[in-house]
Amino acid sequence: MAFKIIAENCTGCGACQFECPNNAISSKGGLFSIITGKCTECKGIYPTQQCAAACPIPKTCVKA
Amino acid sequence: MPQNIVALSSIGRFSGALCESSGCSSRGTCGSAADDLPDAVWQKIQDHPCYSEDAHHYFARMHIAVAPACNIQCNYCHRKFDCANESRPGVVSEKLEPEEALRKVLAVAAEVPQLSVVGIAGPGDALANAEKTFATFALIHEALPHLKLCLSTNGLMLSDHVDRIAAIGIDHVTITINMVDPEIGARIYPWIFYRHQRWEGIEAARILHQRQMAGLEALTARGILVKVNSVLIPGVNDEHLTAVNQAVRARGAFLHNVMPLISDPSHGTYYGLNGQRGPTPAELRKVQDQLGADAKLMRHCRQCRADAVGLLGEDRGAEFTRDKLGEAKPFDPAQREMYLAVVERERADRQNAKEAAQVAHKIEEAPVLVAVATKGGGRINLHFGHANEFQIYEVGPDGARFVGHRRTDKYCVGGHSEPDAMATSIAALEGVAAVFCAKIGERPRQRLKEAGVEAVDAYAFDYIEASAITWFAGRSQSGTVAATA
Repeated sequence: MAFKIIAENCTGCGACQFECPNNAISSKGGLFSIITGKCTECKGIYPTQQCAAACPIPKTCVKA
Repeated sequence: MPQNIVALSSIGRFSGALCESSGCSSRGTCGSAADDLPDAVWQKIQDHPCYSEDAHHYFARMHIAVAPACNIQCNYCHRKFDCANESRPGVVSEKLEPEEALRKVLAVAAEVPQLSVVGIAGPGDALANAEKTFATFALIHEALPHLKLCLSTNGLMLSDHVDRIAAIGIDHVTITINMVDPEIGARIYPWIFYRHQRWEGIEAARILHQRQMAGLEALTARGILVKVNSVLIPGVNDEHLTAVNQAVRARGAFLHNVMPLISDPSHGTYYGLNGQRGPTPAELRKVQDQLGADAKLMRHCRQCRADAVGLLGEDRGAEFTRDKLGEAKPFDPAQREMYLAVVERERADRQNAKEAAQVAHKIEEAPVLVAVATKGGGRINLHFGHANEFQIYEVGPDGARFVGHRRTDKYCVGGHSEPDAMATSIAALEGVAAVFCAKIGERPRQRLKEAGVEAVDAYAFDYIEASAITWFAGRSQSGTVAATA
């Protein structure tokens, strides 16, 4: 149960990182990725996945 | 290496020759539109190139790209693509962390004594990245307290941050407001991200509108200067901008700047891909005229990139990329002081020259447009072939006034063959009677003549307005006007 980021779509804006309630998004050299073990898909916290809702590019933060 | 508008090496020479004030108040040097502003406002904007047409001849700004994230989607924006040749908001080549941004500002301040303003305008939204934005401003304010701090935002998160904006001494904020009617907003903004939720359609536009108005009111209540930018989108909000103007003026915005939509399929934006066109220069002018003095004040707006550096119309960003910051020399306040003294004298001289030229020639002829190749300082000081843009002045019996600028370069030439630069320049000079430059070659002069544009290099390095007025008077007396009319 986790989300992932499609790297080739990612603009590197970091909007997802600000919103993630689990601190599950890391960035290295402008590339963002989701730490599988930390991601809860926002269950029990928010009705929708925050990374996907904040991301400017469709279908970039998706179910792993 | 590009030259400063007044070479650093010559500042000492200038300062030695500084004369006493010529009796022209700093206010009076500013020409037309600034006279409509209250004194307190003029004091705040007189060195701000984006807010004062006069200041844009003398002072530089830099944008630091510390805010890549955004919380709304606009149909005119797509930040996936970047090209160093592009000049439009939302585009940067290099994102910076706050400490890197400080190093960049220090490096630019040491090289560019004209630098008076540091702004954060994205490339996303400054307040969608509030922690980085405020951390950056705090570092800069501590290191270089003379720099004005400036912030641009879409307004969605503005009212949450008004206390911090005031506390850190930001006295200029720009809000982009394209509508005050959510139905129109729904055609501009497909969605917003607000309070942990994505909102779409009219609901999204309604929230954005309410938040923008609340933020604007909160800022003006604190005495912070607020400029409103509107993107003119033909067929969407062109007839609506009068209502926007009324709404933002009623809430205390001191300037309303209308900018043309930049739309091209290659930018990948929704509008670009769906055939939404930008306005023609005539359409833009019409809306600006409808809004009165406000829009006239802002005709020098260049719609800068979110990492632009330098005088408006130039971009020295490429000289200050991260990899070149290592060898930066320290900022020298004395150099800045000397530059300010030079500017004060230049402003007075330029105004005096303009007034003298106006008194000397009273004639009855229709005004014409002239183009000027300049690299700043209010002077004709650029070679025709080096101009990326021309400043356009209207000159007539009542004097000369700045009415806008025209670019001669293409937004992006990557992947295409070199365009015919001369053809591009001639197209940009449509409707212009003469082009003033420091120098021009014989072949370009001839090609301009064939296109009906007179090339004038007789006023090289002189003040723009005074030269244009003198030229106009001489042209009228020699019968050139009658011959071409």
